[in-house]
Amino acid sequence: MATPLRIVIAKPGLDGHDRGAKVVARALRDAGHEVIYTGLRRTPEQIVRTVIDEDAQFLGLSSLSGAHAHLFPRVCKLLQESDVGHVIVFGGGIIPTADRPALFEAGIKAIFGPGTSSNQINDFISTAAAKDDAGCGAESDWHWGD
Amino acid sequence: MDLDKAREGSRLGLSQALSLVENGLPFSTEEEGDVIGITGAPGVGKSCLVDQLAQAYARNGEKVAILAVDPSSPISGGALLGDRLRMESADLDDLIYMRSVATRGESGAVPSVVADMVAVLKECGWKRIIIETVGSGQAEFRIAAVADTIMLVEAPGMGDAIQSEKAGIVELVDIIVVNKSDLKGADETAANINSALSAGSKSIPVMQVSSHTGDGITYLVQAIDEVADSGISRAQWQERLASQWMRKMSHHPNLDSILDKLESSQISIKEAILLMEGKE
Ligand SMILES: Nc1nc2c(ncn2[C@@H]2O[C@H](COP(=O)(O)OP(=O)(O)O)[C@@H](O)[C@H]2O)c(=O)[nH]1
Ligand SMILES: [Mg+2]
Repeated sequence: MATPLRIVIAKPGLDGHDRGAKVVARALRDAGHEVIYTGLRRTPEQIVRTVIDEDAQFLGLSSLSGAHAHLFPRVCKLLQESDVGHVIVFGGGIIPTADRPALFEAGIKAIFGPGTSSNQINDFISTAAAKDDAGCGAESDWHWGD
Repeated sequence: MDLDKAREGSRLGLSQALSLVENGLPFSTEEEGDVIGITGAPGVGKSCLVDQLAQAYARNGEKVAILAVDPSSPISGGALLGDRLRMESADLDDLIYMRSVATRGESGAVPSVVADMVAVLKECGWKRIIIETVGSGQAEFRIAAVADTIMLVEAPGMGDAIQSEKAGIVELVDIIVVNKSDLKGADETAANINSALSAGSKSIPVMQVSSHTGDGITYLVQAIDEVADSGISRAQWQERLASQWMRKMSHHPNLDSILDKLESSQISIKEAILLMEGKE
């Protein structure tokens, strides 16, 4: 059997809702990945520490509180500064279309709104895993979707 | 494998080395360390207790590494590893390293690669190591193959494992912890365990702690050091031996061809064993 991918699912910001994040975590487990779930209200620094300790290849960030605009780019920047720019970062939650270009610019490679099917997320994971320029620190401006 | 960065304190270097070993690269070391195995039913509060212990060691300036083992799904091969949820200190303190481990293809609660991951940690200067694993009947005994000190965690209202399925575990356990001492019924749980133990010959300390309030944690830390000094029991040596034996078997270069021959009835089990021993 192929080595499973290791994926951290984290929730920065202050909102206390993690149902969506848990649904995604379970879907990824059911697709054969090892999912590390960190719990609520973690700071960007804590999330980056988790990614490093767990040697994860992917990081999924969830936010419902509007914290994405500030916190998602901060996580990407810290990852790059910590020599783990190879980590592929995706986001989920309630993220207005107008906010997305800035997040892609910051290194987020996919954004999934509420109601995204697990198939879509899994397609993204396998596509991105096969690329060598999908890390949050990569030069390329590739991202999922349009 | 290049451990220079990890030895110099790079967490990323350590993590990547652990992944290599987890993915099958064998590793062993002569370095010593203190390995505490923590087992017990889901929900008794093992992860919260590990968090408390790790904080207690870190307060003393001691580095501590945690391996939290959870089962992989036999169907998808994936795993949901949620122990970090209760171990926030691991994200905050540089003296604490925490790694989630899935059992992958192996049936036991502690996969055999854990012994090699422990060796990497010791080699890189992490001498105090805590392994959390879900108790699931016989399989949990495999923790004895890696841990020097074994702690069984119980909690009020969870039924007590000593009485029920786990005959034999008493041989391996060094300390029994009744967690959630802040809840009603903890005294009774401890008393039940003590009376069950009084029938046996081995004396095992039963300690009450609360991983929510921190009550009793200091005493537990002392007790861990005391039992660590008393060495490894015969039953524990037997588990270590059995685990290494299994490992040797599953890594045997001719395992596949021997299984082929068994499957097609060319040889008997007796002959297969001789083949494995290289005596055909
Ligand atoms: N009242 C109380 N609850 C606790 C204590 N320790 C853990 N818990 C709770 O027990 C539940 C399971 O804890 P966890 O550490 O995840 O258990 P594990 O499955 O054995 O690792 C959580 O809801 C904890 O908050 C304690 O000392 N007192
Ligand atoms: Mg746990």
